[in-house]
Amino acid sequence: MRTTGAAAAPCATYMTDKVGPLPFCPGCGHHVVTKALNQALVKLQLDPRMVVIVTDIGCIGLSDRYFTTNAFHGLHGRSVTYACGLKLARPELTVVALKGDGGCGIGGTHVLNVARRNIGITLIVANNFNYGMTGGQHSVTTPSEGITSTTPWGNVEEPMDLCGTAIAAGAAWVARGTMFDKDLADVMARALAQPGFALLDVWELCTAYYAPRNQIKKKELDELVERCGLQRGVLADTPRAEYSARYRAAYEAGRPALRRRPAIEVQHGNSVERQTGLVIAGSAGQKIRSTATLFAQAAMFSGLDATQKDDYPITVMTGHSLSELIFSRERIDYTAIESPDYLLVISEEGLISTRDRIQRLPDTCTVYAEQSLDLPATSARVVRYPIAQAAARNSKQSMAVIALAAMLQDTGLFPLDAFARAISTFQAPKLAEVNLKAVQAGAALLSA
Amino acid sequence: MEVPGQSGSEPVPFFNGLLAIPAPAHTEGLEMGREFLEGNEAIARGAMKARCDFFAGYPITPASSILHYMLDLLVEKGVRNLLPGRPGGCFAQKVPDTFFPMAIQAEDEIASIGFCIGAAMAGRKAMTATSGPGISLYSENVGLAQIGETPLVIVNVQRQGPATGSATKGAEGDIQFTRWVTSGGLPVIALSPATVGEAYELTYRAFNLAEQYRSPVFVLTSKEIGVTRESVDLDAIALPPLVERTRAADDEEYLPHRFGRPANVPAIADFGGAHIARYTTSTHDQAAYLTTQPAVIQEMIDHYVAKIDEAADDIALVKRDFQEGAETLILSYGITSRSAAVAVREARTRGIRVSALVLQTLWPVPERAILAALDGIRRIIVPEMNMGQYRLEIERLAPAGVAVFGVNKMNTTLISPAEILRTGGLL
Repeated sequence: MRTTGAAAAPCATYMTDKVGPLPFCPGCGHHVVTKALNQALVKLQLDPRMVVIVTDIGCIGLSDRYFTTNAFHGLHGRSVTYACGLKLARPELTVVALKGDGGCGIGGTHVLNVARRNIGITLIVANNFNYGMTGGQHSVTTPSEGITSTTPWGNVEEPMDLCGTAIAAGAAWVARGTMFDKDLADVMARALAQPGFALLDVWELCTAYYAPRNQIKKKELDELVERCGLQRGVLADTPRAEYSARYRAAYEAGRPALRRRPAIEVQHGNSVERQTGLVIAGSAGQKIRSTATLFAQAAMFSGLDATQKDDYPITVMTGHSLSELIFSRERIDYTAIESPDYLLVISEEGLISTRDRIQRLPDTCTVYAEQSLDLPATSARVVRYPIAQAAARNSKQSMAVIALAAMLQDTGLFPLDAFARAISTFQAPKLAEVNLKAVQAGAALLSA
Repeated sequence: MEVPGQSGSEPVPFFNGLLAIPAPAHTEGLEMGREFLEGNEAIARGAMKARCDFFAGYPITPASSILHYMLDLLVEKGVRNLLPGRPGGCFAQKVPDTFFPMAIQAEDEIASIGFCIGAAMAGRKAMTATSGPGISLYSENVGLAQIGETPLVIVNVQRQGPATGSATKGAEGDIQFTRWVTSGGLPVIALSPATVGEAYELTYRAFNLAEQYRSPVFVLTSKEIGVTRESVDLDAIALPPLVERTRAADDEEYLPHRFGRPANVPAIADFGGAHIARYTTSTHDQAAYLTTQPAVIQEMIDHYVAKIDEAADDIALVKRDFQEGAETLILSYGITSRSAAVAVREARTRGIRVSALVLQTLWPVPERAILAALDGIRRIIVPEMNMGQYRLEIERLAPAGVAVFGVNKMNTTLISPAEILRTGGLL
């Protein structure tokens, strides 16, 4: 395991027999693929410490340990994901994923996505048309009519064209060959040298199952490519920027503005004597949650602690939107509000989501409601005011600001200035300008 | 383009002129004083404080915003690292020129954790985040991270299950699922915050534990913490020193695993370093070569069990609120522990003596801390937003004569203090 000091060069082989002979059946194409990979590495003379051979499950997955490079042997069909993780973490590594046709089925999405992203790994598929390790079942590449243990009367599925699929997904470099190609090692070296993603689909004989069951030898394997209506050789060679380089360039060019995270220092006083609960209910798109956050930040500017617990359906621009705010001079433990001190309802959807609650409210609670809403009977004090009208004069997006500013004017929990401070501290200037006017408009509604 | 600080001896500003933000006073986190944060952002900030530099995730409610925050924060960090005069940026060690902190949205959860495992073994400090459905898809790879001894932080922002359940609603239904998350049943480490501040702290600690024990570590939060906002000052939270992984020295004989006793956690040789690194999903010997020898396989399993279980006391984090003479203990964790805190105060106001124990470490079970809390206790109340998962552990530990009651609810609403008092017979 020891490879300290400078890498010995030139390197005559990247394979070792210290762990025994290759474990493949006599005549199996995996002998050829692994040896071709070794020849390709010898040709490229890469530092074995900077090469990772990533395998997954299946006979070809046994091969990594016969190499003197780094080796990563992972879950069935997922070799591409580990290869991508290694390559994203260390772009200077040469990362080769070696997988079978079975792995291309269970892990097909990773093949599509690495091709699309152009992460600079090399994927070599040892494609022998069936699952050799588990008894010769059919795979996504088993030719039509092919006999396997799970297609005993002939495969009724059409095989996946791995290369065509990868090209359709945007693969930069794609080639197909067979185990009998004289130039297999050279093609493999070309694949390894690609800066972006490269796929090499190598058709092979599984001498335990697929070849004898389907009477396939060298000649028949050559013919099979044509019989499947497919081509051999380099099928795509369209270099484009490798993922990590492009990722880095995009963010360097974009120079993302660092998010401002101003601290909230106490600037105002408050009149909150005990833990106080406020519910604001409206519709998605009415800025309920973001305005509730500003209101809580205003409370913090006024020396209070706050929590905000939201409720909303999985839809985005439709349905109700509800925020529950708690203010306290002390630590807030329980974040739900059993019976709010203040309940603001500004839309029909908000009303539907709080109707039962409004009916149950005690007389210690105040409901602030958009005046057009038809509220249920309640013991709570009810304040109705024209929020929608005021918003129509200001901005439709400012209903929640108007409603809360009016409530603040009515209750004096903390100064309107604190609300204005939160808006101008945390909102972009243009939006803040609109909302500061909305604070004034809201305060005017209930100041009479 | 003129970049300040590129020449001469003038001090190098933290940001260049293109970033119209005044330089913060310190390099690491950007947390500054009191803020109003949701738990998911606190998790991202805790990860950054722990020098996380790789994140992969797949969108899922209510965990998605962790992906967004990590993307923002890691890219900020990457841009900062590229600024002149900052070799290695804010990293502990010199990093290759091609190094760029990265957050990536993967094609699915399987790829998310696969990317993270690959990146972690290449030297990155990696995190992924999801909710219950995503943990189901992580399952097989969690086993890989265990058998390969991969430092990795996995956040589960729990939501109501099973299956799709209620995507936007809270629950704590993945407690035993976390313990038995993958085949083989080996021990896991899982921390459970109760507040936004603890989400920050425990995420930071999760990175330390991941490196210290070369293990995946879960941060088990929920919708009720992840997307609930609170007043918090992250700067004011005391953190232990950062633990970096023990890396094999360049000139030492390197074995990827060490099965000896006491359970030593082996040094790592990152892929791409001075050693040839090997990693395998298969039962293996210390050199990470597949083995079929029963004796070696048992040694491997014993090592994986011992390195976590024998460290249980070191991993244990609990909060105690004991009252002299109390015969009732409320034992809780996560968001429900905050209802328990209110219940305890109310009970004491009524003159009922009651103690409380809050578990921040759920796995391995902090058995010693739990047993130490049972002095004089005759009844243990275990409130949980599931149908009684952790109560199994308490029933297992409770001595004869100590009754264990569950307060269980799984209707997406919080368990209230009154429900704890009522079901626990304290009201």
